[in-house]
Amino acid sequence: MSDRDPRSDFPILARRVGSGEGKPLVYLDNAATTQKPIHVIETVDRFYRQENANIHRGVHYLSMNATDAYDRARERIAETIGAAHPAEVVFVRGTTEAINLVASSFAGDRFQPGDEIVITRMEHHANIVPWQLLAQKLGVVLKWAPVTDSGEIDLDAFRACFSEETKLAAFTQVSNALGTINPAKEMVAIAREFGAHVLVDGAQGVAHGMVNVADLGADFYAFSGHKVVGPDGIGVLWGRRELLDSMPPYQGGGDMIARVSVEKTTFRDSPERFEAGTPNISGAIGLGAAFDYLAGLGWDEIRRREQDVLDYATERLGEIEGIRILGPADTRGKVAVISFTMDSAHPHDIGTILDTEGIAIRAGHHCAQPLMDFYQIAGTARASFAFYNNRDDVDRLMDGIAKVKKFFG
Amino acid sequence: MDDLSDLYQDIILSHNKRPRNQGELANATGTAEGYNPLCGDHIHVYVHQDESGKVDDISFTGKACAICTASTSIMTEAVKGKSREEIDAKAAEALEMLTSKEEPTFDLLEQGDFAALAGVRQFPARIKCATLGWHTLESALKGGETVNTEKEDE
Repeated sequence: MSDRDPRSDFPILARRVGSGEGKPLVYLDNAATTQKPIHVIETVDRFYRQENANIHRGVHYLSMNATDAYDRARERIAETIGAAHPAEVVFVRGTTEAINLVASSFAGDRFQPGDEIVITRMEHHANIVPWQLLAQKLGVVLKWAPVTDSGEIDLDAFRACFSEETKLAAFTQVSNALGTINPAKEMVAIAREFGAHVLVDGAQGVAHGMVNVADLGADFYAFSGHKVVGPDGIGVLWGRRELLDSMPPYQGGGDMIARVSVEKTTFRDSPERFEAGTPNISGAIGLGAAFDYLAGLGWDEIRRREQDVLDYATERLGEIEGIRILGPADTRGKVAVISFTMDSAHPHDIGTILDTEGIAIRAGHHCAQPLMDFYQIAGTARASFAFYNNRDDVDRLMDGIAKVKKFFG
Repeated sequence: MDDLSDLYQDIILSHNKRPRNQGELANATGTAEGYNPLCGDHIHVYVHQDESGKVDDISFTGKACAICTASTSIMTEAVKGKSREEIDAKAAEALEMLTSKEEPTFDLLEQGDFAALAGVRQFPARIKCATLGWHTLESALKGGETVNTEKEDE
């Protein structure tokens, strides 16, 4: 490992939480949102102190500079994710809005009753509910690809969900609830055999350096900035340029029009077509800074740190009687997420006890209720790690689990 | 005693491990389902009322966290054999104790196992776990509409 500890780049990790003096924070809820490095915090701070102006409309100095910074952030992100052109990067609020945009402007505009959409049993609600709403509205049919007992996609079972009626496959690259890394490239290829378009939910994949949209071969890729050390309220829909330009606007307003007259309005091409109104300028610039920071650290280093902490945590938790880890047994098949249940304690009780020790985990259904139903459980306790977590954090987690056992046996 | 021991008192842990009045009630005159999607608590409460309206039998089933399980178990003990008026008063007291920011106005020492739930107030994220059983009881007595903690009018 490199000598530089990225932990010191994240000011919040130095604080204590809880009542009284509190306990040093152990932040293990990174699949929900990541903490922010000083580089991102200062970029956003500097924008508001020094650079703030609206974009695309001013002739003045600050506005032109803000426009440049916004465009540079788009270029930076396009380069990082392997987009063919910056115009393929549409800024949205987050993954949820990106998927809703595709459901509305792509599927909602061209799908017919009886057309089929394939999703999987491990999707986050953000990649389920927009399609259910569309099914109600248009009469399209949802096909649910099953998951195996180990929380993985079986490619044959996935293929069996497709037919000539399949127009779209929408699936996650990485399970937020289990950490499973899906064979996304193979899944894209199967969808292509049936002539279906593909949306990949990259909310969990992007933080682990897994995104190269050119290599993946999908049509749409959605992710949120806040899960990749960037600000919240900013995210990206990547789409193939010719597809984006063939889609009607998602929202109407300023900045997305070519010409508005009393009789008729014509729209700009992507990405402006989908960015009506003043966007989250500081968020976009902050997200660009987040990718700068991660590139500086190096994706190989990020993955090495995460793999180390995942392997160590998996080994330590595996020693404890009554703990069941859900998802792939081989840690090479997952990101640094450990979703577990305890025989004696409910996930919410685990979460409360760990919280009093300063340890932040997620307890519940992880917005993946169909997956929980499959396992016939109400929820799990989920510890999700980032590259700034270390073995000390895992040791603290184990101390916390020991306290859970003290109460619940 | 630290905060956590206030929450997970022996009485609570005991009710969680061996919930009282568990199981379905074959001759129930009212039943309701309670669901707390944040926590995953999912319970059913069954009541049997005699001609006078008195709850002469009550039970519950479900999968829930320790706080919800214990609170519901304690609730069944607190209301069994009581009239509707007594139950309404008891439920109002329970909800006051669990949700009020003020100290309870009644004497906790007189409340038996019921008083063990007072520690929940220090854990705002868990209050809905503790109130679910009581809300589900109210629904079972009123016609059985499903209770969902995320659809409350509060």
